[in-house]
Amino acid sequence: MRFEAAAGGTSAADCFHCALPVLAPGRHVASVLGAAREFCCAGCEAVARTIVASGFEQYYETRSAPRPGDGAAVLPQDLPALEVYDDPEAQRQFVASPDAGRREVALILDRVRCAACLWLSEHWLRRQPGVLRIDINYATHRAQLTWDPAQTRLSSILEAVRAIGYDAYPYEPRRQDELARRARRRATWRLFVAGFGAMQVMMYAFPAYLNGDGALAPETAQLMRWASLVLTLPVVFFSSGPFFAGAWQSLKQRSVSLDAPIALGIAAGFAASLWATLAGQGAVYFDTITMLVFLLLAARMLEAAARERATRALDPLARWMPSFATRLSGPDDTLGAQRVAAHAIAPQDYVLVAPGERVPADGVVARGASSADESLLTGESHPVAKAPGAALIGGSINLEQPIVMQVTRTGPDTQAAAVLRLVERAAAGKPKLVEAADRLAARLTAVVVLVALGAFLVWAGVFDSPARATWVAVAVLVATCPCALALAAPIVLTRANAFLLSRGLALTRGAAIERLEGATDVVLDKTGTLTAGRFSIRSVTALGPLNEDACLGLARALEASSRHPIARAFVGATEYVAQDLRNAPGQGVQATIGNRRVRLGSETYCREIAGCQTVAMPAPPAYAAAAQDTPVYLADAHGWLAGFLLEDALRPEAQAFVARLGTHGLRVHLASGDHPAVVDALARRLGIASVLGGARPEDKTAFVERLQRAGRVVVMVGDGLNDAPVLARADVSVAMGSGADAAQAQADLVLLGGEATLRLSAIGDALAVARRAMRVIRQNFAWAVAYNAVALPLAAIGSIGPWEAAIGMTASSFIVVINAMRPLAGRDRAQQRDTAPILAAG
Amino acid sequence: MESLYILVPVSLVLVFVIGWLFWRALEGGQFDDLERPGYEVLMDDDSPKDSKKGSDPCG
Repeated sequence: MRFEAAAGGTSAADCFHCALPVLAPGRHVASVLGAAREFCCAGCEAVARTIVASGFEQYYETRSAPRPGDGAAVLPQDLPALEVYDDPEAQRQFVASPDAGRREVALILDRVRCAACLWLSEHWLRRQPGVLRIDINYATHRAQLTWDPAQTRLSSILEAVRAIGYDAYPYEPRRQDELARRARRRATWRLFVAGFGAMQVMMYAFPAYLNGDGALAPETAQLMRWASLVLTLPVVFFSSGPFFAGAWQSLKQRSVSLDAPIALGIAAGFAASLWATLAGQGAVYFDTITMLVFLLLAARMLEAAARERATRALDPLARWMPSFATRLSGPDDTLGAQRVAAHAIAPQDYVLVAPGERVPADGVVARGASSADESLLTGESHPVAKAPGAALIGGSINLEQPIVMQVTRTGPDTQAAAVLRLVERAAAGKPKLVEAADRLAARLTAVVVLVALGAFLVWAGVFDSPARATWVAVAVLVATCPCALALAAPIVLTRANAFLLSRGLALTRGAAIERLEGATDVVLDKTGTLTAGRFSIRSVTALGPLNEDACLGLARALEASSRHPIARAFVGATEYVAQDLRNAPGQGVQATIGNRRVRLGSETYCREIAGCQTVAMPAPPAYAAAAQDTPVYLADAHGWLAGFLLEDALRPEAQAFVARLGTHGLRVHLASGDHPAVVDALARRLGIASVLGGARPEDKTAFVERLQRAGRVVVMVGDGLNDAPVLARADVSVAMGSGADAAQAQADLVLLGGEATLRLSAIGDALAVARRAMRVIRQNFAWAVAYNAVALPLAAIGSIGPWEAAIGMTASSFIVVINAMRPLAGRDRAQQRDTAPILAAG
Repeated sequence: MESLYILVPVSLVLVFVIGWLFWRALEGGQFDDLERPGYEVLMDDDSPKDSKKGSDPCG
């Protein structure tokens, strides 16, 4: 988390509190940090005044600079009433009452962004009357609240959170969270037992080290041994549990895991020392064993913490669901509003979403207009305007006005849930390099066990010192545990994944990172990729016996159920009904309307049914200039019926995107099913040399295959349904999130968001991140292999003892983890500014 | 040297007492959030006194 003076974070023209532009300067002003500050609205002004009046002004000094809209405050009258939370029936779900004077509840804090926000909420709440105790977990943004029901109500406390611009919802702690917490506590307890045991055992062992062999009275020495044994027992039988469990697990599966040599080492060392204690002769190494377990557990703990940090960046997606929603009985009814649990709403329900609230499910705006923050899914921080009919993504935040939405998908069917599943799947797949490393680690483990056995036999047989032989073998087992090898990749991959997600790009296959790194060529689709894919009809020309209105009606019927971007242009009422619909991907649709078989699509596709000569499409006035126009034809078996000219605007960032790919050293190709003249014109404009126009999906696939045969590694960027075969053929496939869902599931990467909000630039980021991530992974492998190559012989010849070996192994794992935690983001400042909060929160 | 026969068992007992204390702290949730103490130092509340704890400047 970075701290930065807020004055430097927001410019004079932006709201001091939330960084949104100030539309009416001089209207909302308050004095903060010794100067008059402008605010965008009465809500933000009120929040700032509250914060200053209660003496928490320093919040503005310590918070990290807000992005526009962060923490934008909403006037209380626009928010849904909180009294529902006071209802004893509702409280039964989530409130515990240990005794009459105390109530406990777990809260999720929403819209907090940084540690300063958490600090502010905590201190503010502590000051509210009736609040007995408040503990906010800075890592999870969860709070544990205890209050006195005689002095205050839950709703007043939640109201107080709103007064400083945040939101708090009660929630039912999930079982999973509880399990994770228990596991963490248990790990800490294990570490403590091992650490404390190791310290104390070292105290008992110290006299023997100081006095040398035999100088200590035998009874005293024996006393120390027994004391050490007592303290080593919990370390071996409790703290080392995970190692033995892991080794046993792998033994059952007849494989060798990384735990096996460690468990073997601990067991051998303990057995030898136990025997020496009972027999009263020979050396004991309790201090070594306990130290070893402590160091190994410490390494695991660090590793788990690093992994958790990396995974947490995915959390917002998993936990976006608000706990309550306001259900209405119809789109116009606001009186029958009912506050219900969010999981109780179903598709077709009408739901009122107040400003500042999260949208509880996927749906469509039924009434009202507002804007939404969809950064959860798209990484786009600018609000997206929402008018009736616009799609709402579950989990986005409604920013301005109350809106009524009709729910289309809930729970696991929502986009956010689907994306989460894809991303989780990515975690299961590994790049080839990583798979190879895992196999190597398993083989290395077997080698280590053999070398340890060999060393034991040589030391015991040749040098005739069984005691020494035991410790050489233990040192070999511990020093060369290939943990670093196993750790080298997963943390880097998880972080790369989280980083890309924050940019609006979901990685669905882990293996794609490696291929993306080696990419040499990028094949771009035109429609829906370089262009926004929002077609509108520019002109209709009748070419046959039917008039233009009739042709348009036929076309509308044909495209009524299609999800292709072109179909959007043909939305409207029609008296025709299409039957026997058949979709030819990338070419068009065919159907029977009345007793007429008609096709709508590309020129070649229509000509196959029409069986006639090429019809000259009358050139529209500005044809050459507006080169993005796409012609679509309508034909039946007797000939041409009509030609439509559709226009589709280029995405604003397309030019910069193509240029950036060039600077990465990639060859860019444009392949499109559109008319060659249109495609050529576009390619010239963007500076793309290699063009394939008028291509059917087969042509595109052949094109990609040709490149691959020439040894190129091809990234295909395309949309939905049409490009599915090409996407499957390419080395790395990137699908547009607005495209059909089927293609998303097959693509390696999915660009998220609606057609207006998804960002091509994220693909450039992905290339850069893939290169950095793979470089870090290689460095880690090189280090792990080099370390093992040095440590194994040293341990085998007996020049490092077991606890030195443990330090060596821990240090080697630690270096790998530290290297994996280095920033993946680029060096340019703008990018770092964006990513710093994400990585810090992650 | 005889004192060792008392001191060593006493140290063993102490170890278990300290272990029990730590266990209490752990179960009490003191180690659940390891990030927050770091921030608390940075955001030390050294400006106005908490209203609950009395606003008397001399106190």
